Amino acid sequence: MSRIKKTLRQLKQNGRKAVVPYIVAGDPGIESTLPLMHALVEAGADIIELGVPFSDPMAEGPVIQLAHERALAQGVSLQQTLDTVAAFRRSDTQTPVVLMGYANPVEAFGYTRFATSAAAAGVDGILTVDMPPEEIGALNTALREQDIDSILLIAPTTTDQRIEKICAAASGYIYYVSLKGVTGAGHLDSASVAAKVARIRNASDLPVCVGFGIKDAASAKAVAAVADGVVVGSVLVDALASAAKQGASTEELTRVAAKLLKEIVNGAAAARGA
Amino acid sequence: MSEKHVNDYASVPDARGHFGPYGGRFVAETLISALDELQAVYQKLKNDAAFQSEFDADLAHYVGRPSPLYHAEHWSRKVGGAQIFLKREDLNHTGAHKVNNTIGQALLAKYMGKPRVIAETGAGQHGVASATVAARFGMQCHVFMGEEDVRRQSLNVYRMKLLGAEVIPVTSGSRTLKDAMNEALRDWVTNVDNTFYIIGTVAGPAPYPQMVRDFQSVIGRETRRQMLEQTGALPDALVACVGGGSNAIGLFHPMLEDEAVAMYGVEAGGDGVETGRHAAPLNDGVPGVLHGNRTYLMEDEDGQIIETHSISAGLDYPGVGPEHAWLKDIGRVKYVAINDDEAMQAFRDLTRIEGIMPALETAHALAYTEKLARDMSKDKRIVVNLSGRGDKDILTVADIDGISF
Repeated sequence: MSRIKKTLRQLKQNGRKAVVPYIVAGDPGIESTLPLMHALVEAGADIIELGVPFSDPMAEGPVIQLAHERALAQGVSLQQTLDTVAAFRRSDTQTPVVLMGYANPVEAFGYTRFATSAAAAGVDGILTVDMPPEEIGALNTALREQDIDSILLIAPTTTDQRIEKICAAASGYIYYVSLKGVTGAGHLDSASVAAKVARIRNASDLPVCVGFGIKDAASAKAVAAVADGVVVGSVLVDALASAAKQGASTEELTRVAAKLLKEIVNGAAAARGA
Repeated sequence: MSEKHVNDYASVPDARGHFGPYGGRFVAETLISALDELQAVYQKLKNDAAFQSEFDADLAHYVGRPSPLYHAEHWSRKVGGAQIFLKREDLNHTGAHKVNNTIGQALLAKYMGKPRVIAETGAGQHGVASATVAARFGMQCHVFMGEEDVRRQSLNVYRMKLLGAEVIPVTSGSRTLKDAMNEALRDWVTNVDNTFYIIGTVAGPAPYPQMVRDFQSVIGRETRRQMLEQTGALPDALVACVGGGSNAIGLFHPMLEDEAVAMYGVEAGGDGVETGRHAAPLNDGVPGVLHGNRTYLMEDEDGQIIETHSISAGLDYPGVGPEHAWLKDIGRVKYVAINDDEAMQAFRDLTRIEGIMPALETAHALAYTEKLARDMSKDKRIVVNLSGRGDKDILTVADIDGISF
């Protein structure tokens, strides 16, 4: 059983919701990523989504765009991201790691080589933002051979017919994009999230994690009440960027990340029985 | 060319927008339903007599089509080889071929009831063409333009503002056309319910490459007919500049099956393809995925898109339409590159010899035409797409000449 499946199953058995932080590999610095991953786990992260830097991150709002730019400025790319996961795995064999990125770095790496390298590094899942189910077939074949989960997006605009198609191509969990917009945008409508998550559940047994627009304990609670997990990205990346700008050390960065994540963890926990 | 290609041209794109291994639909899930809707509406209206006659009437009475096909005798004589004909897309309303496509897409937006249009622009020609049709249809219009291009193309920025559009300078990445397209896609994903995205070239997710090709194909259909009328024969060669490649595909597509017609797409060689400082993905790029489609790209070994270099803002783009990628691979069209300085010389030549001031994008096609014509006999004929007029580039040229106003 995959680490992702096992983790989400255990959480469900315990009546808990997954907390999934997102940071970009190499942001704010190359040296900070590994300590940040460990600190996030310590603070209650159940799965880590690690952003793979890309020059043209089309689905990202300004906060995460800048994170990609900072990482690229330091020369961090797909291989370094894989190396970071490998280093993480040396001391953490339990927490699932999902790489979230864009198609082109994977295309340049080559599907088979990528799947093999990712498996060797200890990566558990891949989320390629700009690969809808119609285009992901060949990559999925390569990932499946290495027992890596393929996480796909469902959006507010996705029709019921497509929900079935996406669920059939996905494994691990479904990432439900809570709003029409880019990462870090707007304001969450938890009623519409609840309605859509219900439709996804009609089509599939896959757990549903919800991202975009989760900023604090309250929004984490609202989403956790209806989903299997909450993804928190922009607010975390933004806090790290602000701290780094003021010259925070790696240790200080880990404290910033842990404090923020604990709020989300508490919010998600407050949804139990809510 | 072998016979088998004849059938191939009609078979692309397939139902999911693939041109061989290229094209497709690589976008975040949120946009898929909008693309599905657009594709369905387009497929229906494409064969709808009322839509087609409205489009044709707009092209005739608003754009001023057909555009002339002009035998550039003075320039041909000076070059001393093949006879050169100019397809005068510069005489269209707004001064470039871009308006053929924006008219078509704005009509689609109108039929779909979208009150707002957005567009990306490099040189500003597509932005102006979009702002123009938005003004005419009373639609709100936001144009995304790289900050660097806003500086290079200040006249077009002001034209767009006069037309009532809001120009949004894009400060991310390299601050040019590719970043403008990223930002337009981000806007579209946010405002997908009320917004129609008018993509300016034959790239992007399906159905855009096919749709824009179909709207621009009026160029090649007219050229074919005009050559037969004026000379009694098809041209021996076609030449067009290629950034995203909409003017080139518009000229080429209706004659792809005329196997005796040679075709040349001219990319921006910048400082020279060998220097790496250029915008010529078909000459020096590799296949990859950007802006919704698989095509040839300029990227580094990590698959990061690299900065492009061209004197011409409209060609300063790291990708190219997927149908061009396919036409390159099957060998139907030859893709070459022309450097900044060669393009500048062609700009000056045509201006002085024929009294026609071309856009710097177009000047790339002209410079290659000159090379090609020189090695052909005087009874051969080349048609070059004069895709846009050069007024917008006067400040760039003046800058090179050390003149400031």
